[in-house]
This record gives sequence, structure tokens and C-alpha cells, in this order.
Amino acid sequence: MTNRDAILAKVKNNQPATRPIPADLSTLNTDFDKIAAFTNVLTTIGGAVIRVANFDEIKDYLLKEHQDKKRIISTLPELQEITELNWQHNDPHSYENVDLAIIKAHFGVAENAALWITEELMEQRVIPFICQQLAVVVNKADILPTMHDAYSRIGNAEYGFGAFIAGPSKTADIEQSLVLGAHGPKGMTVFILG
Amino acid sequence: MSKGTKDHAQLSDVFNADEARVNWHDETLWFVRAKRDKAAHNLPEWEMLRETASQIKDNVLSNLHDYLVQFESMAQENGIKVHWASNGEEHNQIVHSILKDSGVDRIVKSKSMLTEECHLNDYLQHNGIEVIDTDLGERIVQLANEPPSHIVLPCIHKKKEEIGDLFHEHLGTPEGMADPVFLTAAAREHLREKFITRKAAITGVNFAVAETGEFVVCTNEGNADMGAHLADVHIACMGIEKLVPERKHLSVFLRLLARSATGQPITTYSSHFKRPRKGQTMHIILVDNGRTTQLGRPDFRNSLKCIRCGACMNTCPVYRRSGGHSYHTAIAGPIGSILAPNLDMKEYADLPFASTLCGSCTNVCPVKINIHEQLYKWRQVIVKEGYADPKKAMAMKAMEFTLSKPAVYKTAGKAGRWVLKHIPFAVNNKLNLWYNHREMPAVPKQSFGEWYKENVKHD
Repeated sequence: MTNRDAILAKVKNNQPATRPIPADLSTLNTDFDKIAAFTNVLTTIGGAVIRVANFDEIKDYLLKEHQDKKRIISTLPELQEITELNWQHNDPHSYENVDLAIIKAHFGVAENAALWITEELMEQRVIPFICQQLAVVVNKADILPTMHDAYSRIGNAEYGFGAFIAGPSKTADIEQSLVLGAHGPKGMTVFILG
Repeated sequence: MSKGTKDHAQLSDVFNADEARVNWHDETLWFVRAKRDKAAHNLPEWEMLRETASQIKDNVLSNLHDYLVQFESMAQENGIKVHWASNGEEHNQIVHSILKDSGVDRIVKSKSMLTEECHLNDYLQHNGIEVIDTDLGERIVQLANEPPSHIVLPCIHKKKEEIGDLFHEHLGTPEGMADPVFLTAAAREHLREKFITRKAAITGVNFAVAETGEFVVCTNEGNADMGAHLADVHIACMGIEKLVPERKHLSVFLRLLARSATGQPITTYSSHFKRPRKGQTMHIILVDNGRTTQLGRPDFRNSLKCIRCGACMNTCPVYRRSGGHSYHTAIAGPIGSILAPNLDMKEYADLPFASTLCGSCTNVCPVKINIHEQLYKWRQVIVKEGYADPKKAMAMKAMEFTLSKPAVYKTAGKAGRWVLKHIPFAVNNKLNLWYNHREMPAVPKQSFGEWYKENVKHD
């Protein structure tokens, strides 16, 4: 008998009688100001929210606030004129010197300021983690109330890799002192569009 | 970690030698517990969430066989290689053989309590493989040559000055520098070089989805992602109890996990790995190591619901004042004390007694494990099986003898009162452990039984 079969046989023998899967938590009150909640949480966890009407405003903001950045990349065609071109197909290690990455999220979640981003929106999986600063664009209509709404929206969508990202990388491992920028981005800006 | 000849009480004595430090440790963990409370109270549906999570895990344990088979087949379809390990040693051998086949002898590893449980680092180092722990807290204890003292906050027992000294010695930071911002920046630079140069990464698994074959890894630092997305080989190690039935069930657990652990609404990164990236090899090792045995113990099986948030440790009055290392096992605190005796009842016979049974652990547990009841049940099993401390076992036998015979009980009471009154030094001395931290009570003139006889008239 292989390890696998031995483990599975023991599981089968020892598992208790069937218990049902509970009902969904879909009856929650979601009647609150999603944008305000999202903004409040993201600010609390060290990120920043910028409300914008269009991509020109995003460009203006980036040119003004990030003019010191040497290497800026984006997966958004709308930002091509202010970012590096044809960066997408290199070895992931080559992005180690990216100062700012601007990417799109499918949606955000009001209760925890998490943004759902899958591989095709990152181009390379490592991008939102290896850059020094991360900026994410999300449509105003795509801020959902809770994680239950988030997974209803994801449904059985196909992806190789996806992540909820909420704020900049951080640690409190030294005497519970919160420090931003443990390994990943030191700052996170979210543009709420519309 | 081996306790040698010392048990939890003796190891706690070592920790308790520095009272100011104990107070600091106690307050720091209580601060984390208070943050958890605030996060929980912010959600009106908190109790419903806990109940739902508990029921989902009940369903998982009751159908674990089919979920494991389903998960394996979906993961394989997604291009992930699935391995099975019956115990820690097999797990370590599998990791080693994957690394050997890939020609890798230096790796990065993000936090995984399972690899601590299996003592993977020691094993790999003995086999000539360098392991760098990349979670900041874990890197700190690794440099100090210590195990983590807490599953979420690995170096919660260390003062920043001690960390500054370690970094001065190992990373070359200025002597006496103990500023957390400065030290974190130094660690970032030190570990970036490791991420960039290592070809294989090990991660733990927080949740795995039977329906889709994907697994989720949660971190705040982003170290699991930095490791996994840069490495040619990604090995994810998970206990077989980490499954959830469907993807949508992740919502319940991701809402509970970080709020219970640190009071955050969610961890910074909740990464869903479904397929290896192009050119990468991805492995999952499914580990039993005693879990199937625990599944077969009706009184203890629901300890397998644990999602490793650490809330029971932060709230435990014994953990906070005795420190994680006094539990001499990878997972300390109340939950560790019900998991460890399953692995080795003799070695960990002391742990279920390292509790006041106050029940706070049970109250904060996000998946409603009846932790304090299981601690109490383990005590009974351990005494019955003959693994209890002989002094404790004898005291309990004497107690049973006394309490089950009214005449003996009356005489013993009288004798006790006489001793306390006439020769108090017979009990007020160092041999009496009770007297160590307490004054003996003032002696009543008579027992309640005697008073009742005198004062209540029988018509």
C-alpha cells in the first residue's frame, strides 16, 4: 500500500458521520457607504485613496507625486505614455528595480480594503510584490461590501494565480511596532475611478 | 524542541525569573488580544461567522477522504505535483528529494508551522541544504538559533535591543541600534538578496480548496509571494486538515483569520495559487503526522478545525505569563496543548495541566474548538494511561480516597484544621508548592458539617 492509500484508508476509517455544509451567509446587511468604508480601512492600514474622474487625472497625479521615480511600469494601456514600454516578457528577477507599478484590480472589498487582482492583470505574478510602490486602479462601481460578495463575484472564474491585496507590505514582528515595507511595496495608492 | 528533563512548570520558572520581562510579555500579548476584540465587535455577524466556520470544518472532517481525493485530482489537473507523507520524516525526505532532483542547495522558506512540527530546517541543514526563513520574526529567531515562541508572532519574546544585537552580529547593523524601522529596513535588504538568488521556495498553506485544487497563503510581509514568484520550484507543505469544500467558503475563513490573529480586517496578501507559472514546477505535500489518529479520537478530533490564528495564546493567562518556549513543542499555548499529546502522550503529558481551564481560549476561537474542555479531557486520559507526574497522580488518588469516604473526609478535615492551628510550619514551608505563592488560609473553628449539626434543629 502506498503512503497515499494508507493515509486515505485511515481517514476513511476514522472520519465521523457526515455533517452538512451550512447555508451561505448571503443575508447580511450591506446597506452602507462602500466607498467611505473602503477609504477608511485603507487609510487605517497605511494606504491612500485618490478619487479620480478619468485616466488624465491619474496621469497628472503620478507625474506630480512620483516624478522622482526612475522605473515606472504599468499594465494599463491608458498609462502607456508615462510608463516603460515592452517590459512584460522578461525574467521576473529583472523587475527588482521597479520603483512604481500601476495595475488594475477586478474589484475592491469595502470591509477590508482588499483588491482582487489575478495574474492577467499583473502580467507577471511578482509585479505587485517586488515593486517599491504599488498603485492600483479600480472602478467606483466595483467596490463590493464584504468577502462573501467578493467570492460570489469571482464565482468559478479561471486563473492561475490571484491575490487579495490590502495595503502596503508590513510587519510588526519587532515588539509589535508597525513598520511599512517589510519585503513588498512600502506604499500603496488606490485610484477609485468614476 | 526537546524539553530535556524539564516540564512546563519548570520551564516557566526559567521564564519567570525576570518579572519585569514577564509583565512586558503579558501586556504585549494582551494588547494583541484587545485588538482582536475590537475587530470582532465591529462585525455584528461575528458569532454567526464563527458558527458557520465551525460547521464548515465539521463537514470537512466528516468527509475528509473524498475532499482529499477531489483536491488531489484537481491540483494534478492544474499541473501541480501532489505528494503524501505519513509523518514528519517522510515529509522531510520528500522535500529533500525534490530539492536534490532540482539541483538546489539553498532555499528560502516562508512561515509554515507544519515544517516546524516536522523539524524540516534541522533535517535539511544536516543534509547540506541552507534554509533561510524569510518572515521577519522567523528570521530573527533563526539567527538566534531558537524556535518560534508563537505561531503568528514568532519572536514576541524578544526585546528590540536583543534583535539589534543579533542584527549587529549577523547583518552588520551599527552596534546598539534597536529602532524597529531601521532594523526592518536592514532585514528587507538582507532578505531581498536571498529572494533574488534562491531557486526554490517553500511556503505553508492556510487553506486549500477541494473543489478547485487551489491553495491560499496569507502573509502581511509578502515574503511567501516574493519567494514563490521568483523561484523555479515552489513546494507548499500542508496538513491534510487544511481543506475547505468550495472556493466560496474562503470568504468565511478570510474574514475570521486576521481579525482573530492580530485584529486586522484581512492580511495584506491572501494569495491563491492554482497553477504553476510558466516554466515553474509546483509541488504540494499532504502531511498526516498524527492527524488521522486525532481524527479517530471523538473527544479531540475537532482540534483539527484549528486555522492557526493564535487567538487562544494571546488570551491565555498561562501562556502570557509562561512564554511559548515553556511548552517545548512547535505549537505552544492552549491549542498546542491539545495537539501535542496526540503526537506523544508521554513527552507532552504536562501540557494539558498548563491551564487554569478558565475557558477564554474557547471563547475567542474563531472555529469554536472547545479547547478548555479538551484540556480537561486530556488530563483524565493522561492520568488513566499512567503518564501523569507521579506526585500529581498520587495527590489525585489520595483526593479520590478521601472524597469517596465520608468518615475519612471528616477525619482529614479535622486533622487539617488541627495542623494549621497548632503546627502551621508543617505546611507553611518550601515543600508545600501551594504555599509558594499563597498564604495558607485562617483556620475555622469547625467544619460546615459540625456547624450544621449544632445549629439546625431537626424536628
